Amino acid sequence: MDLVVRRAPDPVLSTPCPVADPTDPAVLALADDLVALMRDSPGCVGIAAPQVGQAVSLFVLDVTGARRVASCAGLVVLCNPVVESVEGREVRREGCLSVPDLTGDVPRATAIVVRGQVPGTGQERWVEADAFEARALQHEIDHLQGLLFLDRVAGAHALFARKRYL
Amino acid sequence: MTTSTYAVTAVGPDAPGEVAVLAEALAALGANLEDASMTRLRGHFAMTLVARAPVGLDVVRDALATVASGTGLHVSVWDVSADAPPLAAGRPWRVTLHGADRPGLVAGLTRALAEAGANITDLSCRLVGDLYVMTLEVEAESELVLDGVATALGVSVHVEPADTDVL
Repeated sequence: MDLVVRRAPDPVLSTPCPVADPTDPAVLALADDLVALMRDSPGCVGIAAPQVGQAVSLFVLDVTGARRVASCAGLVVLCNPVVESVEGREVRREGCLSVPDLTGDVPRATAIVVRGQVPGTGQERWVEADAFEARALQHEIDHLQGLLFLDRVAGAHALFARKRYL
Repeated sequence: MTTSTYAVTAVGPDAPGEVAVLAEALAALGANLEDASMTRLRGHFAMTLVARAPVGLDVVRDALATVASGTGLHVSVWDVSADAPPLAAGRPWRVTLHGADRPGLVAGLTRALAEAGANITDLSCRLVGDLYVMTLEVEAESELVLDGVATALGVSVHVEPADTDVL
């Protein structure tokens, strides 16, 4: 499938996703497409289904090789993620493929435990993450809830014109 | 329809409704308020904004002067349509300064930044008691080194990359 990254103000990015059926073959196919798109996009560590216009509670993530990585679960592909616990708080600057012209300082938990289902088998998977991976998980899960980092910025002067990908 | 780009500044007593008064007047002209930065500065409310409007400079000035009279707002409007385009982006850095207040801190730091080839994109200063704090966003092409400026000014200066986690 030829996927196009949707950009704000596309309403699909502001719409919470309904619960997905992880055993649905269409969901599995979408997951494969998202992984391929992530691998093909330089610097991209994660994509959520709404970012390609699909209101499906599904994201893919892989922080392998990224800067600032502490925990690294490798490839994470989850449906219907639930945040089981969070710890700590840190403000860092974030950017997003779907908001290419802005960045923002966003507070996030520094450690997180997430539970979700693996597309295909529907098997439950738990992910414990900290640092960059924890931030990335929270960013992707926000997408499934119809939230962008714009909804989380640390204040009226915490939004910046995007310079460029570094 | 041709439009022009206007820069508007307004400073006045801090009171509810002042932004609304200005924004409504601009909306009534068909102006689109594009970028704005507004904040309270020592009890005064300061608005700076750039708007595109399908009307002439005099029309914008008259409309804003009319609504501002009676609010205590000081309003200025310029046509900036012909201004040079923005500079090419450099690498973003966050610069902070803090120390005992004295005249010349902003001048000293910003001169040092200019000499380092850094372009300021955002700046705010706060004086609380004897403590002076500056926070800046700057862009510089290469490494940003401000050796000596902290010692020269007798304050702390901290520079760090404002890198973005792309998620």
